[in-house]
Amino acid sequence: MIETFLRRGKAAGIYILRSPKLLLGLVLLTSLLLLGLVGPQFVDVENARPISVPTNRPPSAEFPLGTDSGGRDVLAVIIVGTPQTLRMGLLAGIVGVVLGTSLGLIAGYYGGTLDMIISTVTDTMLTIPPLAILLVVAASVRSMSVENMALIIALLSWMFPARTIRAQVLSLREQPYVHMARLAGLSDIRIIFEEIMPNILPLAAASFVGATSGAILAGIGLEVLGLGPQRTPTLGMTIYWAQLYSALIRGLWWWWLPPILVLIVLFVGLFLVSAAMDEFVNPRLRRTG
Amino acid sequence: MKHGYLIQRLIMFFVVIVLAATLNFIIPRLAPGDPVGAVLEELRARGASTGGDAEDEIVAAYRARFGLDQPIHIQYVSFLFNTLRFDLGYSISYYPQKVEQALLRSLPWTVGLLAISTLMSFAFGSFFGALMAWPRAPAAVNRFVPFFMILSAVPYYLLGLILVYIFAFVLRWLPLGGAYASGTVPELDLDFILDVIKHGILPALSILLTSVGFWALGMRGVMVTVLGEDYLTLAEAKGLPDRRIFFAYAMRNALLPQVTSLAIALGTVASGSVLVEVIFNYPGVGWLLYNALRSSDYYMVQGVAFFLILTVAVSVLIVDLIYPLLDPRIER
Repeated sequence: MIETFLRRGKAAGIYILRSPKLLLGLVLLTSLLLLGLVGPQFVDVENARPISVPTNRPPSAEFPLGTDSGGRDVLAVIIVGTPQTLRMGLLAGIVGVVLGTSLGLIAGYYGGTLDMIISTVTDTMLTIPPLAILLVVAASVRSMSVENMALIIALLSWMFPARTIRAQVLSLREQPYVHMARLAGLSDIRIIFEEIMPNILPLAAASFVGATSGAILAGIGLEVLGLGPQRTPTLGMTIYWAQLYSALIRGLWWWWLPPILVLIVLFVGLFLVSAAMDEFVNPRLRRTG
Repeated sequence: MKHGYLIQRLIMFFVVIVLAATLNFIIPRLAPGDPVGAVLEELRARGASTGGDAEDEIVAAYRARFGLDQPIHIQYVSFLFNTLRFDLGYSISYYPQKVEQALLRSLPWTVGLLAISTLMSFAFGSFFGALMAWPRAPAAVNRFVPFFMILSAVPYYLLGLILVYIFAFVLRWLPLGGAYASGTVPELDLDFILDVIKHGILPALSILLTSVGFWALGMRGVMVTVLGEDYLTLAEAKGLPDRRIFFAYAMRNALLPQVTSLAIALGTVASGSVLVEVIFNYPGVGWLLYNALRSSDYYMVQGVAFFLILTVAVSVLIVDLIYPLLDPRIER
């Protein structure tokens, strides 16, 4: 089992170096991570709190990205907010994928009534726009934290992983080596973990990137509507405050532009990684583009 | 067989609607405190109420008025019944208007803006995606690919903010927001229509630019498969003109799965509109929701949420019903 993982890990490693998309995507994401890790060494992150610096200052030597109307140093907000956004996305992505993969495995492997129930629920949930549920939940929860938000979003991001994993397991279940394992008297648990799991890992990894990206998108959407965490500065809440105080028509571009640029780098990075992973999982896509 | 499929789809539709209504009922009640208590707390915080017997009486009166004194299952049934009749309760900020009235008033703006830009993006993206997979397409096509791919990763409202800043604030070519110049009375004359179009360009453009890539990618994927089919080889062997093979043989067949996505995308128009309308102050459903959130108009928030689910469910149902006509294999 470990050997299989190692072999696959090596294949994936070689693939990273050969795929410019993946490399560029990882560079973009790593630079955002570094921003959050190294940034606090150079910038006083205490200035991300309201009323800690003079208001509405354009970018200067003292405040490289200026300050907002709430008396926050925009650079400090970005440095504090970027890791929060990443944390929220990763947390929601992990919970969503673990939940989705488990459900997909169970539905695909056991089939029958269990599969019917899981599939029906998945398909039903897929037709409900997540924003609608998130809105009602977020509007009811009085104090929102990054973790709360991640969990709420995670509960709505397991459906796509569940469906893709189930489809894959359905075809894997009929592979000769799985039949062999069953004939050899291996227990269901061992077949699932040793014969099927290694083969769905790339797919699970690809849907993890997708789920994370979707979770961040949903989170930012809620934040821009003002439903995000009130106490921790996040990228989306910064856009919300900027919008609320009409930063745009007051010409305070340094308030709303930096969070948007960071988010664009983040989404493009995730998109590149996910596109490269799709190509890895589905080699037919490699031909074009 | 046909009836079985139909009934199954209709049941599914009904389940989604009931589920949506149920969530609207349960979730706000899971939060600590009740609506009357929340209002009271706010009054206390502002020093407008001091507590005491009089307050208890007011609370009891309000609870009775909103039916909160009844057992939970009776509350649930009447809530469900009202929601299914599309009676979504009174809006707090537009009182005495009802939620559904406000919704129906903002709907034309959302549908007008979003449906037109979605259709444009679909048409352009599908054509572009088909060209991407076509081996004899001009080489220039593939040079645009990275541009659209990257744009498709950017949320449309973020791009919208940048567009407003450049074209409305700095260059002053287009209006900053709204659906028509403030002060004009909506009426159907040429000036007003031109004004509406002028106000619609930026929001439409931000949606168009960010969603073209999605349609192009989807179309390219299907097109690659279709191009490998035998009937395409046959068409070529017969010596049919390229243009005809491209449109009548390849693109026509590749469009089928795209139509499903289109119907669903049109259904999500309302939920996709929320943020773009916030950025552009566009007076549609999204703007209604944003204001409801800011003024804690919970009935309105729930009403809009229910409406978003309803529109998607309806369009999924329509797709499910139309699809067997397009592709008879589905029913089996």
